[in-house]
Amino acid sequence: MPAPFSWIRPEPWGIHVVPADAWVDPSRPVERALVTHGHADHARGGHGQTVATPETLAIMELRYRTGTQDEAGDIPHKAVPVEYGETIKLPGDVQATYFPAGHVLGSAQILLEHAGERIVCTGDYKRRADPTCPPFQIVPCDIFITEATFGLPLFTHPPIAEEMAKLLDRLAAHPDRCVLVGAYALGKAQRVIAELRAAGHHDPIYLHGAMEKMCRLYEEHGVDLGELRLVSDHTKDDMRGSVVISPPGALNDRWSRRLPDPITAMASGWMRVRQRARQRNVELPLVISDHADWGELTRTIEEVDPVETWITHGREDALLRWCQLHQRRARALAMVGYEDEDD
Amino acid sequence: MEEFAALIDALVYTRSRNEKLRLIAEYLRATPDPDRGWALAALSDGLDFPAVKSSTIRNLLKDRVDPVLWSLSRDFVGDTAETASLLWPAPDHPPSPPSVGETVELLEAMNRKSVFVELPKLLDRLDPSGRYALLKLATGGMRIGVSSRLAKTAFAQAFDVSVEEVEEYWHGLAPPFAELFAWAADGQAPPDMANLPTFRPFMLAHPLEETVVDLSDYVAEWKWDGIRVQLVRAGDETKLFSRSGDDISATFPELLDVLPFPAVLDGELLVRGSHQGGEANDVTQGGAASFNALQQRLGRKTVSKKMLAEAPAFVRLYDALLIDGEDLRALPWTERRQRLEALMSRLPDTHFDLSRVVEARDFDHLAQIREGSRDDAIEGLMLKRKDSPYIAGRRVGYWYKWKRDPLLVDCVLMYAQRGSGKRSSFYSDYTFGCWDGDPDKGAELLPVGKAYSGFTDEELKKLDRHVRQNTVNRFGPVRETDKSLVFEVAFDSVHESKRHKSGLAMRFPRIHRIRWDKPVHEADRVEALRALVRD
Repeated sequence: MPAPFSWIRPEPWGIHVVPADAWVDPSRPVERALVTHGHADHARGGHGQTVATPETLAIMELRYRTGTQDEAGDIPHKAVPVEYGETIKLPGDVQATYFPAGHVLGSAQILLEHAGERIVCTGDYKRRADPTCPPFQIVPCDIFITEATFGLPLFTHPPIAEEMAKLLDRLAAHPDRCVLVGAYALGKAQRVIAELRAAGHHDPIYLHGAMEKMCRLYEEHGVDLGELRLVSDHTKDDMRGSVVISPPGALNDRWSRRLPDPITAMASGWMRVRQRARQRNVELPLVISDHADWGELTRTIEEVDPVETWITHGREDALLRWCQLHQRRARALAMVGYEDEDD
Repeated sequence: MEEFAALIDALVYTRSRNEKLRLIAEYLRATPDPDRGWALAALSDGLDFPAVKSSTIRNLLKDRVDPVLWSLSRDFVGDTAETASLLWPAPDHPPSPPSVGETVELLEAMNRKSVFVELPKLLDRLDPSGRYALLKLATGGMRIGVSSRLAKTAFAQAFDVSVEEVEEYWHGLAPPFAELFAWAADGQAPPDMANLPTFRPFMLAHPLEETVVDLSDYVAEWKWDGIRVQLVRAGDETKLFSRSGDDISATFPELLDVLPFPAVLDGELLVRGSHQGGEANDVTQGGAASFNALQQRLGRKTVSKKMLAEAPAFVRLYDALLIDGEDLRALPWTERRQRLEALMSRLPDTHFDLSRVVEARDFDHLAQIREGSRDDAIEGLMLKRKDSPYIAGRRVGYWYKWKRDPLLVDCVLMYAQRGSGKRSSFYSDYTFGCWDGDPDKGAELLPVGKAYSGFTDEELKKLDRHVRQNTVNRFGPVRETDKSLVFEVAFDSVHESKRHKSGLAMRFPRIHRIRWDKPVHEADRVEALRALVRD
């Protein structure tokens, strides 16, 4: 009988599910990829076959032209959609079940089962409510493979309503200006818009051109974002007193010159640290993240209560230390290619 | 404290100078005494509470947070006060913030023991922003992108007075500056400075760079490699101030009873001795030892007789601001110089001499003289406009400094450490080394220096990436690299030093060029660097 869990091997470029010859979120092209969600560092093109939720497959097609759809729009064998809660059989007697991760639209944790052993790969996740995707689900398992992007005890994301109030207060105080919010184009932007709507802000919101398609995709998947307009279709005067959303990279770009005296804001978990905000010339830091904060990470490990915790990327040193302090078996995987993105 | 904390946060996130001025001015107008005075002190020169040190905060936190988690967090944030403000366990009662005045009173009353009981009580009364403001206030230096000058300018703007006048009174007053506010805000008589030996801000120079000046308008002097000082006598007291206005009288007691009349004099403090590089020749004006010799005397609170005998200090005078109560600052340089020359007969030559004017036919001739000067007590040349008044700070077109060209050596990057403040996420402090023999025959690299300047923000990003991708070892915040990158390092001089394994220490090393192209075995050897030692 093989040693326990010898069928799963973490490699620097992905997690190898050996009997199925499948890889979770590989950072190089492989024959069969199990993809947790659509962010570039987890979902790459060029795989022989991509197994993911229908939403993630749609996002990958839109963003990376991964060839999961051909010219005519037909889905060839390369794309294998899996709904939340659905189990698919992989070669080598491996089963994969996808559960919501609460990170962005379509994001999933993948439960892998083989020889009576259960392993969960979370990809990226959060525990806070998000109007744009279903909430994270606790999935009991033997090995829990978690992220640790915000894995330091100083990271506590405040309630999002507080951050929205900060944004709307600043907007109201400067009716002749606009608030330009830097937000990652997949997930963060749509969440900020949806939360603004939930906070009672129903004015048109202006978008950088690079955000439009992803917002439309969210709307097609049933997320109501209210009235959205493109910055390029409007004058400075139209945008006074409005919220404008752009990718973080455009915040200090020449592009923002067309806006009415923008107040630069950024929606990111890194904004908890003053110097990080200063480095990006942010005047209004909004601490909003689609990743679990320290409290969520540690609580999740306690609730899942696995035999062993593996940590893929982020501040793995600190989360590993926490596991040691709480007598939990854990190891850090030296994964490459997972970046912090602009969260 | 809430208003002060809100001000600090707003300043952290504000880029525009005008907006910073507006924020500070608005706070100073809206806030009563003594809070506004303490705030002004915190923003300008910083307050000093001996009981609260960075290590105090570290120790407090290590009792409440796992030490490893604390270190990892501190390393990530790059600022002890901010890390502590974020990690401090939230108390279960709502905040009850003290005023700035009460905070200062409580901090002043703490000693090295009671601080471990009293500071936590204060922290428990504040929210994270308040805790950040408190810890910044308590440990001095706010480091929030507000210079002392900016804070004074904001004060001047708040009450519509001139910033020059504020500077004039500033150094004679102490926080919370009640007299200053009484004068500027409430229209009372200005503070009386006549009989106080106070510091007057220095006139400073711009680097010459590509500028060429006409020697009929400018005069040249040597730029001496000592420390710039201001010697002040008023009432019956003499004080010595450093360039930043720190009182360094105690370090150089031999200068405190040699100025026989009221005056404010500007000069270079040097120590005697020709054996350490100061060639007593006619070209330069000798008699001074190298900076390395002077360094033995800096930073001491008490001075031994041996020190006084071996390395006696004197002042090589550049300028006179006040003589016998008469203010000379508005006069042109030529007139002040005449007054200074006339003054020399009244000063003991054991402790004073006059910085000589360097004669040159024209600018090219001056450039030759600069090239030819080998005296180690010289840093370069100063060029002063003959009609320049003495104005605090750096004004374009009046004074220029023209430093000697730096020495250059090719070194290999060995270790990198994360910076702090603005650079907190970047590996920005570099330790580099030279070969201890032939690199093709198994020679090793020995560290020869450390630098954290000389590169652009763009280059910093590339260097940071290089470090992250070429790490072979980690030691806390330090990474050892695979030693694959060559820096051309510029420095002013190099000296023997027992502190380093290579036996050498560079003065003011900085990254001159990043040689992405150069193979590491072509970097210089320690021997090449040693050949540049001149003392």
